[in-house]
Amino acid sequence: MTKKNLIPFTGDQAVAYAMKQIDPDVVAAYPITPQTEIVMNFSNYVANGQVSTEMIPVESEHSAMSACVGAAAAGARTMTATSANGLALMWEIVYIAASTRLPIVMPVVNRALSGPINIHCDHSDTMGCRDSGWIHIYCENAQEVYENTILAIRIAEHKKILLPVMVCQDGFITSHAVEGLELFDDKKVKDFIGEYKIENPLLDVDHPVTYGPLDLQDYYFEHKRQQGEAMKAALTAIPEVLKKFEKTFGRKYDFIETYKLDDAEIAIVAMSSTAGTVKFVVDELRQKGVKAGLLRPRIFRPFPKEKLITALKNVKAVAVLDRSESFSAEGGPLYTDIKAALYDSGIRPLISNYIYGLGGRDIFPADINKVYVDLQDILKTGKVKTPLNYLGSRE
Amino acid sequence: MAMIEVRWHGRGGQGAKTASQFLGEAALDTDKYIQAFPEYGPERAGAPMRSYTRISDTVITIHSSVTNPDIVVVIDPTLVGSIDVTEGLGDKGIILVNTDKSPKDIRKDLDFTKGRVATVDATKISLETLGIPMPNMPMLGALLKVNPLVTIDQLSERVKGKFLKKIGEEKTNANIEGIKRAYSEVKID
Repeated sequence: MTKKNLIPFTGDQAVAYAMKQIDPDVVAAYPITPQTEIVMNFSNYVANGQVSTEMIPVESEHSAMSACVGAAAAGARTMTATSANGLALMWEIVYIAASTRLPIVMPVVNRALSGPINIHCDHSDTMGCRDSGWIHIYCENAQEVYENTILAIRIAEHKKILLPVMVCQDGFITSHAVEGLELFDDKKVKDFIGEYKIENPLLDVDHPVTYGPLDLQDYYFEHKRQQGEAMKAALTAIPEVLKKFEKTFGRKYDFIETYKLDDAEIAIVAMSSTAGTVKFVVDELRQKGVKAGLLRPRIFRPFPKEKLITALKNVKAVAVLDRSESFSAEGGPLYTDIKAALYDSGIRPLISNYIYGLGGRDIFPADINKVYVDLQDILKTGKVKTPLNYLGSRE
Repeated sequence: MAMIEVRWHGRGGQGAKTASQFLGEAALDTDKYIQAFPEYGPERAGAPMRSYTRISDTVITIHSSVTNPDIVVVIDPTLVGSIDVTEGLGDKGIILVNTDKSPKDIRKDLDFTKGRVATVDATKISLETLGIPMPNMPMLGALLKVNPLVTIDQLSERVKGKFLKKIGEEKTNANIEGIKRAYSEVKID
């Protein structure tokens, strides 16, 4: 009926539909709040017989990830989904999934951690497990949520990587908003993800292997080294997957996205849905002749240091927007990472940090415009007066 | 068409979220880019809530809530005077209220001197067509008279697609009748 053939989906529905097309062997998930509609929608596909997935509804998020670890070790293509305090309750096993090198894919709806009690968007849940050894992908809109969920399967299962992947979308802003989505052919998705065959399955009794053993002073360190190497290897292996994704679906992606950054004097670095609002403001500023740009990291772990440095090399003043507070007193996690990356490169733009949007505080074009005004002032004076700022907070 | 932004005011349970989505989805059927999203607060029946629809010819990248709507739709008449429903509404703004009052009277109640004011008794229409006070679908019909964002037929198709399986043919047709009646009965000042 339509030329574009766009389907109205929320971010939650987009994930569930991607999961339907992926048809994983096992999905273990906690079905109640703080779970989102992802699991409800996917359960419908299971109940209707539209997938062959073994669905395991469990009694807690801790059990959800535990069941995923067991299933993935057995060789099943395994997925779950979570959000906010649910992810926090998974914590212990989130680390075990990564250190056991299990390619579990977990869509996460980014929402604030309690307390105080809050159910709205910020990134404190996934940033809290920044160091868990998972690959982190952050999505700008529902279309990306859909595509990245499919992409994540191949990244996780890549032989040089074998790490779990979380695909993050903004709670409510993306997860509960309806947008028009372009969906891929079932067959194309199947071809792209291929068959998954684990190299050392737990249940192969003819070739017995050990998962999750005691690993003390003798070898724990080496295993952690290997985990670090896997994350480094992901930096070179992910582009292979991105290339295949482009070949299959005609969509070209990179670790980062730049928007009008080539000749920009001032730039904002922001992730997820906020980056979309920044684009809107950049367009307005460009019409007024302001050389403003945006840098959006799509993949946050592994940290695409070289790409970020190259993207920022001509920018004179940069503001990094963090939707979580790390309480380091030195700024948010994205800011400190970017600053550290720039240190060795010799590229030293004037840089500042804005913590924003905690607990779902809306970020409007006017807020972003204020950051660009600050950047223009920094550009003029050559000085960053306040490196750490709180955007949209009552002071 | 540049981007059109609609803000819906209702109370939890009155279908403001559904109305905002139906409008967006009907526009999506006509190849527009859309967003439709509710503003979640404490989720309880009867609490004032807002939802939004954005419709555009070009890709929509903005992801904040709507601050300067082109159109405001008030599904619950008791919200007039209790919350600032005209907030951010510009000189050319349109406000559509579910009420048995005339647009002139609502203009006075709202102290709104700019733009256009439209009224329709959507609750009465839904009672007469559907048998229950569910004014959200008639409000959609009235909205399309005020601004033909999509045609009545396009909206009806979307309503059928959404409702037929869920509530059956009779109630679906009653909803569509309500949409059509509101379209013809809305008064505009």
